[in-house]
Amino acid sequence: MSHRRVVVTGMGVVSPLGNTLEDTWSGVLQGASGVVPIDSFDVSAFSTRFAATVKSFDPSPYMPAKEARKMDTFLQYGLIAGIQAIQDSGLEISEELGPRMGTCIGSGMGGIMAIENNSLLIAEKGPRRVSPFFVPGAIINMVAGNLSIKFGLKGPNLSVTTACTTGTHAIGLGARTIQHGDADVMVCGGAEMVTTPVGLGGFCAARALSTRNDDPQAASRPWDKDRDGFVLGEGSAVLVLEEYECAKARGAKIYAEVAGFGMSGDAFHMTSPPEDGAGAARSMENALRDSGMNPSDIQYINAHGTSTTLGDKAEILAVHEVFAGATDTLAVSSTKSMTGHLLGAAGAIEAVFSVLSLRDQVAPPTTNLFSPDEACAGINLVPHEAQSIGVNAVLSNSFGFGGTNGSLIFKRV
Amino acid sequence: MSSIEERVKKIVAEQLGVKEEDVKPEASFVEDLGADSLDTVELVMALEEEFETEIPDEEAEKITTVQLAIDYIKDNLG
Repeated sequence: MSHRRVVVTGMGVVSPLGNTLEDTWSGVLQGASGVVPIDSFDVSAFSTRFAATVKSFDPSPYMPAKEARKMDTFLQYGLIAGIQAIQDSGLEISEELGPRMGTCIGSGMGGIMAIENNSLLIAEKGPRRVSPFFVPGAIINMVAGNLSIKFGLKGPNLSVTTACTTGTHAIGLGARTIQHGDADVMVCGGAEMVTTPVGLGGFCAARALSTRNDDPQAASRPWDKDRDGFVLGEGSAVLVLEEYECAKARGAKIYAEVAGFGMSGDAFHMTSPPEDGAGAARSMENALRDSGMNPSDIQYINAHGTSTTLGDKAEILAVHEVFAGATDTLAVSSTKSMTGHLLGAAGAIEAVFSVLSLRDQVAPPTTNLFSPDEACAGINLVPHEAQSIGVNAVLSNSFGFGGTNGSLIFKRV
Repeated sequence: MSSIEERVKKIVAEQLGVKEEDVKPEASFVEDLGADSLDTVELVMALEEEFETEIPDEEAEKITTVQLAIDYIKDNLG
């Protein structure tokens, strides 16, 4: 492991459960659901007509209307989560510190609403009506771009796009940037907003989404026998990562340490994992090796657990394999049962939940788990209600289309 | 129907996120009203939309103040 240790000193969240860190976390601990019928466009012809959307969203306390108008909604979510995270860290960004601060924030799909709107505009009125802000308002790296401009972050300015593993990779690679000495602070995370006709239509066509239209809040049911697909989510989460000695020297509030990061590729199929979860297992093993910890050192796994038939089972088989002999003291839950699947922001918001589980010594629940899949026998999936447990280290998984996997380990400092 | 002056001022205020009373005739979009190069492109597009006209790029580049916008519209839509 590297000499330079990396800790989490700030967090911000915009999510289907609330537009701040604490509102979201309190929803998670209560087992709340962020899933609602979609009312932002006509969904009558879609096979899925609900999603976990961000509610009562108002960017005006964070940016002038003129700025907001130039940004696709995913950029607004990301920028606001980033502002919250930097404020939460208490960092004062000086001329001296700015060049040692960077950012790495990604998105799975980027500004798909802006792409749709400008496509319609060009078809209807011709190319002269495409906004000059279309490109900077839609491209994936502009959460990082806008945040760096706003706060004077003059170090590495990066973005990751690896589908549903985006947030996890952004945090892991951001941590390595600090470990390697390229920066002392990295503001990392993911942002997503694809609750649009093309976004919803695409995931419906891929048969990836639950179609439980008669009971949307029970639709995201990871590991339940009656699971039938994931629930589209949206939002953003951003974490401030900081070199440990810097954080200690300024008396920062230290939430947790980024103790390990692992990656792997399935090399199998565009959208499906191998049934045995071999890629997931390699990702977790790589994170454990990076951390220098044993499986028995982990008390809680925030699973990818999207509520798909194949994915949930593959992940739990991988957990059985990697944590064989250590599952008695292990809790595994999927917060996607409440937040839906935030795609490129999922790894980031689940990193936040992992860190908060360490802070509050609690395992968040898996809701809607009425009848667990047989493959889950012997694993505590934290059904229905949060559990107070002793947690020293947490592992968080993300797996994405393209067979891209990532695992992060956080531990108490 | 509002006058051309009023309509231009309203669009400038909306596009640049400034108060209508600050949109004085002599105000420069970039120097006084905080516009950047992309803002001015979008402002011209908004004027084209409002007045249902097409402003050629070489003409658009010369429209740098509120009064020049009003004059252009008056001369070309007269």
